[in-house]
Amino acid sequence: MKKFILNDNVQKILASLTAILIGFIFGFLILLFAASIKTQATNPIEGFITIITGGMRYNGIKGFGIILRYTTPVLLTGLSVGFAFKTGLFNIGAAGQFVMGGFTAAYIAIKWTFIPLEFLWIVALLGAIVVGGIWGMISGVLKAYRNVNEVISSIMLNYIGMITVSNLVFTIKDRFNPSRSQVPLSRIPTFGLDKVFGLNTVDFGIFIAIAVAILIYIVLEKTSFGYELKACGYNREAARYAGINDKKGIILSMTIAGALSGLGGALVYISSITKVFDQSLVLQREGFDGISVALLGLSNPLGIIFSSFFISMLRNAGSSLSRAGFNDEVIRIMTSTIIYASAFSLLFRDKIHKLFNKKEGK
Amino acid sequence: MEYVIEMQGITKIFPGIIANDNVDLKVKKGEIHALLGENGAGKSTLMSVLFGLYKPEKGKIIINGEEASIKNPNDANRYGIGMVHQHFKLVHNFTVLENVILGVESVRHGRLLMDEARKKVIELSQKYSLFIEPDALISDISVGMQQRVEILKMLYRENDLLIFDEPTAVLTPQEIDELMKIMKDLVAEGKTIIFITHKLNEIKAVADRVTILRKGKYIDTVDVSMSSKETLSELMVGRKVLLEVEKTMAQPKEVVLEVKHLIVKSKNHNKNKVNDVSFKLHRGEILCIAGIEGNGQTDLVYALTGLEKVSSGQIIYKGEDITHRSIRYRNLKGMAHIPEDRHKHGLVLDYNVAENLILQDYHTNKFQTKGFLKFKKIYDNADELIERYDIRSGSGARSIARSMSGGNQQKAIVARELETHPDVLIAVQPTRGLDVGAIEYIHRILIEQRDKGKAILLVSLELSEVMSVSDRILVIYEGELVGQADPALVSQQELGLYMSGSKREVLE
Repeated sequence: MKKFILNDNVQKILASLTAILIGFIFGFLILLFAASIKTQATNPIEGFITIITGGMRYNGIKGFGIILRYTTPVLLTGLSVGFAFKTGLFNIGAAGQFVMGGFTAAYIAIKWTFIPLEFLWIVALLGAIVVGGIWGMISGVLKAYRNVNEVISSIMLNYIGMITVSNLVFTIKDRFNPSRSQVPLSRIPTFGLDKVFGLNTVDFGIFIAIAVAILIYIVLEKTSFGYELKACGYNREAARYAGINDKKGIILSMTIAGALSGLGGALVYISSITKVFDQSLVLQREGFDGISVALLGLSNPLGIIFSSFFISMLRNAGSSLSRAGFNDEVIRIMTSTIIYASAFSLLFRDKIHKLFNKKEGK
Repeated sequence: MEYVIEMQGITKIFPGIIANDNVDLKVKKGEIHALLGENGAGKSTLMSVLFGLYKPEKGKIIINGEEASIKNPNDANRYGIGMVHQHFKLVHNFTVLENVILGVESVRHGRLLMDEARKKVIELSQKYSLFIEPDALISDISVGMQQRVEILKMLYRENDLLIFDEPTAVLTPQEIDELMKIMKDLVAEGKTIIFITHKLNEIKAVADRVTILRKGKYIDTVDVSMSSKETLSELMVGRKVLLEVEKTMAQPKEVVLEVKHLIVKSKNHNKNKVNDVSFKLHRGEILCIAGIEGNGQTDLVYALTGLEKVSSGQIIYKGEDITHRSIRYRNLKGMAHIPEDRHKHGLVLDYNVAENLILQDYHTNKFQTKGFLKFKKIYDNADELIERYDIRSGSGARSIARSMSGGNQQKAIVARELETHPDVLIAVQPTRGLDVGAIEYIHRILIEQRDKGKAILLVSLELSEVMSVSDRILVIYEGELVGQADPALVSQQELGLYMSGSKREVLE
């Protein structure tokens, strides 16, 4: 038992669960507080149950579908941020890479009709990977050769990406509503998943996302390429000392991170459910949720599969919270609390360590 | 009351390690009390407890017969305890005077009373013959002078108990002699000194009594005059140690590395970091570059290993010009490098031992096929090296490098570098911060490698190491080679003159 608890991985998971628990407790307190000052009918217990069931008590299997739909992109942006973290970089530019990738995918799926429609969506995904990768690579090149902090360059690239897309929407505009884009002609197939969930929400994208997560896990943990990249991330000087080309490592890391976010964008904008581009200047939420997902998943690709699902569950719960008389802002507060608490995960691990060591000692 | 300071049963636990286990320390008034122990023996921890930086789990501190509660350095200061840290705590663009009064400025109506402070500083400087120039900027004065500023800071605060944490590590032999004299003067004036060190010579030179710690435990307190260096080192390490390095005469063979007029320019100022350095390194010899820290050794090594670009000059290795070759190329051609800073270059601290042991050859077929790492091989390799080089750690091959002691980290680096079977081994301060046992071990390995016909370039700041291990000495001063010596013929004092730039000869 002691061995199990003191196992490094088990401790990491326990620390994340503790963070989640703290988030839930805090969320419940917020509900109680909100209920005490609101005049209209509210029910904090009801609200809390909604949250811990991820809202599925209202929309059941459909709700599960909605959660999966939202999981797909944040799984990828989470991987993008997490992969960069593992290699010592902070990719805060997931939102820009996401929207660039998504737009590229939509453009290809609308314009490149010379490709048979059955294959067009695959080409669109590849296009998104390339453009997202380039968007990430810019930050990598700047960091490697000019020592520009990747946080700053990728934040700015978020806005550049957002404005670029908003200005390019006219190239694929809808005939009846020129400020919006057309619906893609070729989309990710559903393989009958839409029937399972009773709604046209889930498609093959979720499987692509999970497969990519496993792939990234293998690259990071099992290959010499991953060994090099992590060495660069943990200690750039030591990597250089060992003859690893650290500049190449940084550029490749950012490129791969960008490609992951770009793919995430594609999986939203050519998904089975219609989401179209418009000219509004808003940074996509998926990009920033990726940071939460990566932190909660401790940057581990397999952990990110679960954390992305969890964050999506909360998001679904948020849309049902109004039934108990609450705003979905409660969810945002909870998510933030969880992230905040997981930043303390080292502390929790330390405490768990001490607690169990003491018990055994007595 | 006989003792000024009594620490009783101090226990300080860090996660996973007991740094101090029921340690006692009793210091008499007016003595120089040395605190001796290997690295990780808990000396610094114990002093940090006394100075209020750590809170112990158990134990009490008695000062002048009364139990004291020291929660932070300000409390310590109130009890008259001052400390010279290993890394000085000085503001570099402040003057000496400004540094001394920082934190205890006398102020009237919000205005600094510099004149009073200046008077006091000058008086103190004269009284203890510190020869301090109060208006010099810290960045302009030598390391030895900076240390005196630290001493002056304690005196200005009227501290009676002065703690010196490894004060000689950064000094030249002459400066060390002067420091020893200052320490004696201080004691003569009624101060009490606790002197942390692992150098036995210095303890013999100045200390009255010595308390020995080993692995966090209190071993003994003895009179220095009553004990030999051999007994002290035995108490410290827990077994008999060879203080002298045993070696036969070197038999140098052909030249394997030749450096011609090497220049490394500085990015910040006009002075070259390495200026026109030429030398030849033969197989079967240990060539030592001696010098005081910061005189271009680091940059010379970086240039040789490829970590830094060479501005002009040539590096010829086994007949091939490798001046502009990559680091990987040099590694593969048989150049190994034990780096100066094991945390910066030597190890990826978040990798475990096994992963660190393959840092130089993870890309060879030995440890990977088609891009996939062969974990079984990697861990077998680690188990073998751990066994052969006696690398000790909490959980063997899977322990994270960060959790290991400095000596064992160094052993891991040495193991890794030697396993590449190099022709040239560049070892930069390979024994820095290690205890007597580990130093002995590393010296033995260096000589063993020499006898196998490898060429060894040793860069060291430690004069005793320079004298005992090397076969030939080159002295570097401000980026230039200023002297050449035979360790059998030269004295430490003479080397010291070269190292401080007071003497130089033209090398061929």
